[in-house]
Amino acid sequence: MNILIPTVLVGALGLAFGLMLSFLAKKFAVPVNPLVQEVERVLPGANCGACGFPGCSGLAEKIASGEAPVNACPVGGPKVWAELSRLLGQEGSSWEVKRAAVLCQGGKGVAQVVAEYSGVASCKAANLLPGSFKGCRFGCLGLGDCVRVCPFSAIHIDLESGLPVVDWEKCTGCGKCVAECPRKILALVPRKEQVTVACVSPDSAREVRKACARGCIKCQVCVRTCPEGAITFENGKIVISREKCTLCGLCIEKCPTHCIIRVGKTAALLEVRG
Amino acid sequence: MSTEILTLFKIIVSAAFVDNIILARYIGLCPYIGMSSSVANSIGMGMAVTFVMVLASIVTWVLWNFIFVPLGLEYLRIMVFILVIATLVQLVEILLKKNVPNLYRAMGIYLPLITTNCAILAVTFLGVDYGYTLLQVVVYSISVALGFTVALVLLAGIRERLRLARVPQFWQGYPIVFVATCLLAIAFLGFKGLVK
Repeated sequence: MNILIPTVLVGALGLAFGLMLSFLAKKFAVPVNPLVQEVERVLPGANCGACGFPGCSGLAEKIASGEAPVNACPVGGPKVWAELSRLLGQEGSSWEVKRAAVLCQGGKGVAQVVAEYSGVASCKAANLLPGSFKGCRFGCLGLGDCVRVCPFSAIHIDLESGLPVVDWEKCTGCGKCVAECPRKILALVPRKEQVTVACVSPDSAREVRKACARGCIKCQVCVRTCPEGAITFENGKIVISREKCTLCGLCIEKCPTHCIIRVGKTAALLEVRG
Repeated sequence: MSTEILTLFKIIVSAAFVDNIILARYIGLCPYIGMSSSVANSIGMGMAVTFVMVLASIVTWVLWNFIFVPLGLEYLRIMVFILVIATLVQLVEILLKKNVPNLYRAMGIYLPLITTNCAILAVTFLGVDYGYTLLQVVVYSISVALGFTVALVLLAGIRERLRLARVPQFWQGYPIVFVATCLLAIAFLGFKGLVK
């Protein structure tokens, strides 16, 4: 008899709780679109947030409801996009794959260093200070905010130059480093061989020469050199048209400060000319 | 009446600060370390723990005083209390999933882990052990949860600052968090003797 009371009591409690939970689970059930789960299964699942939505499940909801395009996930790349467009019945679209590139060559021994920085080890913090510990106010600080933010470990700081290097095999073009860099030195470029100006400084020739040996001094030799007319000087900046450029490399040879570089198609790293 | 209010006040101060569940009793360290990476998440965790803690201590107090003590079944305590807590956590999970999906996603694995959070079991045990009335148990569990949340938010704030600090490599990650926790605990020692 004595054994019956606790047995029945605990059994009754468990039954009561179980019934209550199953009732509530039905009442408060969240309807899930089966397409959302399909889409989420295809997405990479890194939850990096590069698409601008809260995680892969957040993006999956938006893609399934048509609020986000099928190529909203930069990480997945064409493979995932094709799979998603098949799922959603939007086949036959084409997309451009992007990669991050470092547009500064002002590393150790190249760019002038005017002060020793010993503050918080973050580019964002160093950039808040008035002035700059580097002579150039626009060059890479090399404190590695991009390295830390990269969800795919595609960026590392080259010990010799003190500059970030992007491994294009690992880079997915998510653009997190581009958003993180306080000096906007990283940029997303198409994943193919191309010629680009690796200097973002808008300063005058005198200022640039003083601060860095590899800065763009706006001499416009490249503009005059290019046989295709692909290089123009607009708003104080050298612009290289990707459509017109034939990758002949004449501008790279003629540039007096070697600030025009060739970004590799298959080579993972930015090719730096000596 | 006034002595009753004084007792309640004593319960609040001692539960939230003097006998802070984490920094003085060292109970519930798992969610404390796990959910203190950002202030926003720690506040969410604090609220979830508060909700479960208060409900669990009310339900267990009623079960204890009206069923288990009269029937002489005190030995079933651990089993039944865990059952109550597990049910309540499931309840919170269902409600959060429906109403606050973002918090639900942020809490991830730590929400089911409240089930086996020793802090909640400890509060339900202590509530009946101290022989509190129902009102006192409610106040007690709210205060303990408040102390838990305060400790959690304090550590989350410290950890947000730590992210930018230059921590020696062998101390990076959890070691420095435990050092910070120890220092917080020492600070909370200052409350000892506040309530006699």
